[in-house]
Amino acid sequence: MDTNDLIKALAADTRRPGLSMNTVWLGAASGALVLAGLVFFMMLGPRPDIAAAVETLRFLFKFVVTIALAAAAFAAMRVAAWPEAELRKLLPYLCIAPVLVLVGVALELIALPSDTWAAKLIGTNSLLCLTFIPLIGLAPLALFLLALRHGAPSRPAFSGALAGLAAGGIAATFYAAHCPDDSPLFVATWYTIAVLGLTLLGAIGARLAVRW
Amino acid sequence: MSGADDEHLARLLRQAVAGDEKAYGDFLRDAAPVIRGWARRWTVGGGVDAEDIVQEALLAVHVKRHTWRDDAPVIPWLHAIARHKFVDAVRRQARRPTVGIEEYEETLASVETEKARDWEIGRALEGLAPGQRSVVNAISIEGCTVAETAQRLDMNETAVRVALHRGLAAIARRFGRS
Repeated sequence: MDTNDLIKALAADTRRPGLSMNTVWLGAASGALVLAGLVFFMMLGPRPDIAAAVETLRFLFKFVVTIALAAAAFAAMRVAAWPEAELRKLLPYLCIAPVLVLVGVALELIALPSDTWAAKLIGTNSLLCLTFIPLIGLAPLALFLLALRHGAPSRPAFSGALAGLAAGGIAATFYAAHCPDDSPLFVATWYTIAVLGLTLLGAIGARLAVRW
Repeated sequence: MSGADDEHLARLLRQAVAGDEKAYGDFLRDAAPVIRGWARRWTVGGGVDAEDIVQEALLAVHVKRHTWRDDAPVIPWLHAIARHKFVDAVRRQARRPTVGIEEYEETLASVETEKARDWEIGRALEGLAPGQRSVVNAISIEGCTVAETAQRLDMNETAVRVALHRGLAAIARRFGRS
C-alpha cells in the first residue's frame, strides 16, 4: 500500500476519535477511589480509636505523605501519557513524598530515645501492611494502566511505574486509616516496600499491556 | 519545521478534530513529508525502511489523535509518535531471523524492483478479516469513496465505515503488539 493510499483510508475513517484524555483520567481516578474504598471498607475498615488518633500529629502525618504521593504520582502519570512529555521534568514531583518521609524520620529520630527506634520500626502489623496496601491498590493500578493504554506514553514501563506509585499512594491513604502504627519509622519502611511492590507491578504490567 | 508549519498543521488538525474530513486529509498529506524527513535521517545505514516508519507513524497519529491537546504544538507531538514507531520498527527488525538472507539477496532485490515494494502495512492488511480487508483496499488502493465502496460491496455506508474503522484499528494494534 502506497502512503497516499493509506492517507485516503485514514481520512475516510471519520468515526469519532477516542475519548479525550481528561475524560479518561477523570473516570480512572473516580473509579480508583471507589474501588479502593470498597476493598478497604469491606476487608479492613478504619481503626476503632480513629477519633482519638486524628488528634495526634503522627497519625495525620501519614496522610500528608500518602496523599502527597498519590497526587504527585497521578499528576506525573497524566503528563507521561502524552507522547511528547519530557519525563525529566517530572522528577521534582516524585521527590515530594520521599522528602516528606525523610523529614518525618529525622524528626522522629530526634524526638524518640534510640532504644525505642527498633520497636517503632518493626511496629505491630507490618505483614498486614504488606498485604493490604498491594491488595487495595490492585484495582486502581489496573484502571490507571487501562487509561495509559488509551494514551500514548513514549516510555510505557516508566509510565506504568508512575501508575503503580499513584495506586500505591491511594491504597496507602486508605490503609493508613486502619494501621495502628503511626511512627514515621514504620511508614518509611513498610509503606515504602508495599508501594514499591505496586510500582514494580505497574512497570511490568505496562510493558505487557501499554503498547501502541 | 518552523513555527509557521506548526500553526498550519495545528489549524488543519483542529478543523479535523471538529469533523472536517477534507482538512484531515490535508493534515495527513502535509504531515507525511515532515515525518519522512525525520524517518530518512533515522534510518540511514539501518535495515529499517523510512517509508515503513512514515506509514506506521501516520496510522499511530490516526488512532492516537485524541492525545493531541488543541493548544499544544503539533510538531513535537508528531515527532514523539514517529520516534516511538521508529524504535518499534528497529526492535522488530532485530528480532527477525536474518540467517541465510544473504543467499537470497539477489533474488529479493530483483523481486523488489519488479513490483512495487510491499510495505509492512500492506502485509498487515493481508492479515485482516476478508470483509475489513476488502473495504480498506477499496478505499485506499482503489481510491473509492465510502458510498462507492458500499455500493460495490453491497453493504450500507455505516457498515463500510465500521469495517474501515475496525480494520485500521486492527492494523494499528498489530504493530503495537509486535
